[in-house]
Amino acid sequence: MLLAPLIATLTRAEGWTGLRPSDGSALWFTLWQAAVSAALSVLLAIPVARALARRRFPGRGAVVLVLGAPFILPTIVAVLGLVAVFGRSGLVADLTGWSPPLYGPQGVILAHVFFNMPLAVRLIVQGWATVPGERLRLAASLGFGPGDTFRVLEWPMLRAVVPGVFLVVFLICTTSFAIALALGGGPRATTVELAIYAAFRFDFDLGRAAALAGMQLAIGVVAATATLRLSLPSGFGAGLDRPVRRWDSQGAILRLQDVACIAAACLFLLTPLTMVLAGGATHLPDIEASVWRAALRSLVIAVGAALATAAVAFPMALAVASGRRWVDVVAVLTITASPLVLGIGTYVLLLPVTNPLVWALPVTAAVNVLLALPFAMRALVPALRDLTADYGRLSASLGLTGAAWLRVVALPRLRGPLGYAMGLTAALSAGDLGVIALFARPEDATLPLKLYQLMGAYRMADAQAAGVLLVVIALGLFWAFERAGRDADAG
Amino acid sequence: MLTLADVTVRLGGFTLRADLDVPPGGITAVIGPSGSGKSTVLNAIAGFVALSAGRVSIAGRDVTDAAPGARPVSIIFQDQNLFPHLTVARNVGLGLRTRGRPTPEERDSVDAVLARVGLEGTGDRRPADLSGGQQSRAALARALLRRRPWLLLDEAFGALGPALRHEMLDLLSETAAEAGLSALMVTHDPNDVRRAAGRTILVADGVAHPPVRTEALFADPPEALKAYLGPRAGT
Repeated sequence: MLLAPLIATLTRAEGWTGLRPSDGSALWFTLWQAAVSAALSVLLAIPVARALARRRFPGRGAVVLVLGAPFILPTIVAVLGLVAVFGRSGLVADLTGWSPPLYGPQGVILAHVFFNMPLAVRLIVQGWATVPGERLRLAASLGFGPGDTFRVLEWPMLRAVVPGVFLVVFLICTTSFAIALALGGGPRATTVELAIYAAFRFDFDLGRAAALAGMQLAIGVVAATATLRLSLPSGFGAGLDRPVRRWDSQGAILRLQDVACIAAACLFLLTPLTMVLAGGATHLPDIEASVWRAALRSLVIAVGAALATAAVAFPMALAVASGRRWVDVVAVLTITASPLVLGIGTYVLLLPVTNPLVWALPVTAAVNVLLALPFAMRALVPALRDLTADYGRLSASLGLTGAAWLRVVALPRLRGPLGYAMGLTAALSAGDLGVIALFARPEDATLPLKLYQLMGAYRMADAQAAGVLLVVIALGLFWAFERAGRDADAG
Repeated sequence: MLTLADVTVRLGGFTLRADLDVPPGGITAVIGPSGSGKSTVLNAIAGFVALSAGRVSIAGRDVTDAAPGARPVSIIFQDQNLFPHLTVARNVGLGLRTRGRPTPEERDSVDAVLARVGLEGTGDRRPADLSGGQQSRAALARALLRRRPWLLLDEAFGALGPALRHEMLDLLSETAAEAGLSALMVTHDPNDVRRAAGRTILVADGVAHPPVRTEALFADPPEALKAYLGPRAGT
């Protein structure tokens, strides 16, 4: 299911001869902006992560929640928010009278930092959590100051963790499409993904689009291979709620520094979103019918993708938990495939059979299921392994197998991770602006695409209203699915 | 009769051999030093480890290749005997059926067996709301309800204090006799053996010896048992 589109893509790539010089600069820009974005994200993340790791304060849980939000926030809403803050008539320009140009490389990088700095913080905080409390106690008994602690304990940890985090962010930034579409473009700021879109959509040059897709795939494979070799803190949530007791950082200046770091990060993350929600809320009554229809389409795609993820990820997780490694490999592979590469591949596959454009909505849902699979597997497989370790023998001795095992044991015990996986898929596919932009006919526009069109027409108030709707759908679905999974544990 | 005929189990570098018959009725203990393979004997009978050689037959049926759930045995582990997300009644009811909803009659049987093990009124609770002793009782109730002729206990009451453990052993003896079940019980406590088991299987140095009468065994312990019991044994 995953490999077919990839192979199909490569068969349509008519060598590298179809490529233009501009495609080379797209490759260069993709790598360059990803490196800068990743470096900035990690550099900014380190002080925030350190502050979070060594401070306990009321509202710390809320800060952690805010750091998780960009992951499920629809990209185009964040872009809209960044425009509202940093754009020509945005908040910064209003307050200071100075407006740096947002469109172009700097805008793309700013948006990437917005999305990936929080992810880097979460990963690096987990690194901090691996520094054992006993070690810190020993350091305190030896009279270590903050500088000593950093040199002896924290720096070695960072050296082990940071390269992995950098590569993950780099990988994510190389597949960026929606951000480049909205804030980049032109010869100076076109990513390979955007070039695929342009070749396909404006030049109708499928061979060149496929060759570009092959290029994109190669970047992904190289970066993913490198990522697998480096140590990386596992999971996305574990360890975040456990600040370690510290003795070396109680000075007033250090306190102030940590407070400033956390406040600045929250301000950077929350202001754009607040601008969209505040601006859009007042315009909600004026939303036109076409936006509502787009919202309905997005809702259907999201729920369909969530159900499909459960149907696909559950058997796959079962196969992995019972020891079939290749399934795991497939799940990891999906990380390397970008939405547009999969989209082009699916187009090539469907072309001989039917008009692919008619299938824009199902294809969007399907591609998002594939993209969400690694996360679903990461949630489900450990839970299934625990289930086998704890209750495998009991189930076997009672003759609980097949459907009865599924109903009595597996589904109730795994509702938590399953709900999380479905919520994540729903949020990601509701906010998707990748495949849909590639495929959609005007009458198929989903809410993110509609929002992008409104933005392009400089109807900012309408765009913000659509943004409110999109946030409600994406975050609401995530919350609902996740909640449904958690209730099972409590009841 | 429960028969292990020329059974060999290999686990890594460890080998266990057993060639023995356990007559039905009463409680038969399995004792031996830790690491001797006591639990492996039970796991071979229950179907959790594969045999390298030999056959296992229970109540006249060769079950060597049968799945754990298809064997005429119930098993109680030291912990994880109950599913935490199901009520006590549902957990016990799994002894009657694993598919579909229980009928009213089945519900009455569950209530009756819960009352028999001293758990009346706890059917709607979750395992987490029960004490360790009560959880053991619920597991026993399910085994009684399942009516498989052999009941295997793998250090089942090992986590309970001495008084509770003796209480459970007495309850086990009574209820198993009433229901016509035979029990095979792995334990490391000689007092448990003397209190409840008519016969004892000694497992030592990779061999499970045929069962002998418990009094006779403790009156004149073989070297392996002496070493396990320590210098003050028998006093």
